[in-house]
Amino acid sequence: MIMRGALVDPVMASAPSGLWRDALRRLRRNRLAMIGVACMTLFFAAAILAPVIAPYASNDMSGPSLSGPSAAHLFGTDLLGRDVFSRVLYGAQISLFVGVFAVVLALIIGTTFGAIAGGYGGRVDGIIMRATDVLLSIPTILLAIGIVTWLGQGLPQLVLAIAVGYAPVFARLLRGSLLALREADYVIAARTIGGSNSRILMRHMLPNALTPLIVQATLVLATAIIDIAGLGFLGLGPADPRTPEWGTMLVDARRFMQTAPHIVFFIGGAIVISAIGFNLLGDGLRESLDPKLKR
Amino acid sequence: MSGQRLLQVKDLEVRFPIREGLIRERTVAEVRAVDGVSFEVAKGEILGLVGESGCGKSTVARAITRVVKPTHGSIEFDGHDLAKAEGEELHALRRRVQMIFQDPYASLNPRMTVGAIIQEPADIYKVGTTAERRARVSELLGLVGLDPRFADRYPHEFSGGQRQRIGVARALALNPDLVVADEPVSALDVSVQAQILNLLAELRQQLGLAYLFIAHDLSVVRHISDRTAVMYLGKIVEVAPSIELNAAPLHPYSIALLSAVPIPDPAIEKKRKRIILKGDVPSPTNPPSGCGFQTRCWLKEKLGNPERCSTESPVLRETSSGHQVACHFPEKA
Repeated sequence: MIMRGALVDPVMASAPSGLWRDALRRLRRNRLAMIGVACMTLFFAAAILAPVIAPYASNDMSGPSLSGPSAAHLFGTDLLGRDVFSRVLYGAQISLFVGVFAVVLALIIGTTFGAIAGGYGGRVDGIIMRATDVLLSIPTILLAIGIVTWLGQGLPQLVLAIAVGYAPVFARLLRGSLLALREADYVIAARTIGGSNSRILMRHMLPNALTPLIVQATLVLATAIIDIAGLGFLGLGPADPRTPEWGTMLVDARRFMQTAPHIVFFIGGAIVISAIGFNLLGDGLRESLDPKLKR
Repeated sequence: MSGQRLLQVKDLEVRFPIREGLIRERTVAEVRAVDGVSFEVAKGEILGLVGESGCGKSTVARAITRVVKPTHGSIEFDGHDLAKAEGEELHALRRRVQMIFQDPYASLNPRMTVGAIIQEPADIYKVGTTAERRARVSELLGLVGLDPRFADRYPHEFSGGQRQRIGVARALALNPDLVVADEPVSALDVSVQAQILNLLAELRQQLGLAYLFIAHDLSVVRHISDRTAVMYLGKIVEVAPSIELNAAPLHPYSIALLSAVPIPDPAIEKKRKRIILKGDVPSPTNPPSGCGFQTRCWLKEKLGNPERCSTESPVLRETSSGHQVACHFPEKA
């Protein structure tokens, strides 16, 4: 038996591959995730390029009232003669803006509290976790309705309302991962070589607790888009009723569902495509970042 | 025992409280993981520590590396008490006591490159310049038999044996005096076990290290260690030079353990008598009275259940030079 040769594996001679690169390769093989990426690209393109591609301004009332799809108005027009296609594009901008800011804010709040709870444990952990339990026991949309009614209507209020609803999800998720990692051998190893608490938390625990957060953030973005539309539908959207927000537009269009169903269809379709896109991508990320979870 | 004393553990006790209650926590019971353990390790010596799962051997390792704080006793290391050290003193001592872990898949941070993992101890103690630290990583990788070019790779690209070598390199990064190896080969294939054992033995020769070598496999321990300590239910029941323990064990538990190690000779193997212990290890939450081993002791049964076994806890006493045993009737075995 030749033992020495076994030490240098010929396969190892190839270029080094990082964990992220491996994950990306797995993601690209996942067809559903790629459909998700396509939907998202559509959504981002619509939002970012809205001023360029939209044929009309969002409040241009020059068209005929409630006309069907035509060459001049791809998605038709609404009661006031505004171009639905242009308004859906500008609506994507609002959903993206509010959704991304809300999720980022929720991530900041959630990870801060989650890291404190999971990193230090003890009494602090107990207090933070009971507070998140209380917040989680209230349905997100109800909590958001409460906050918007309290702070008044407007986009920043919308961001805050949704962020507060989802922060506990991130806090609990991160705390759970950190608790499991506290007993991990490499964390104990870092302690035996004399690493400080903050070094262990920042270098060893947080990087390894991050992947479920990334996945969850993508999935929450999907629900956040639906929540924004939901709040708009309930009349708690942006203060200005002319703002092309999908939920607000939907509630306006609902009245003409019998006579002009295409308006509801196109707006609903936009919401569905963006929400499904983030959901598919989130599921794909989960599988590619953690291959152990694979069915 | 030869040479200078490096580590002296005295009456070490680690108890974990079991707490109950939602708001006001009360301690309802205690797990006596380590229940009065004393031993010594000389400079450059390998002390083997064996015992079955749950006997407290890993907790001893964690107490010495101060992952857990002992509830009682002292761990004297070169004039300092590791059991009570805090802050700066503890930080300085950690540098000289390093650990090798059992599971080579769990002991390396998957998000760090091998180079960063091995360099981290030097980063923490700010040893040398960045270039010097990098050179040291290459040197350490060479020392444990890996290609220095592997420094840029991630742990998941390596096999179990290679990963364990990386763990060894990290433990050696700060030139420690004592390495606590907590079952360093039990997770590896037999052929790889031999490689790692030989590596550890070579490194001791080269660097003059002392090891506390923990294992549940007697054949592994007797291969590498100078002396062997046998642990049962949080206590050390026998300590002897490895050769002597193998040839003439005194404690009924050691005798039973040794009788279970197979001998690679069918003729001897056929004639050999095995002692199969009955029952399970008692719970360390509620250890038996008197001798901890009395509930499973074959010798106690043979001697007609002497009362002393269930009333008096035997202390570790020296029967011959360097051979200590904790049994009331070691000569009857």
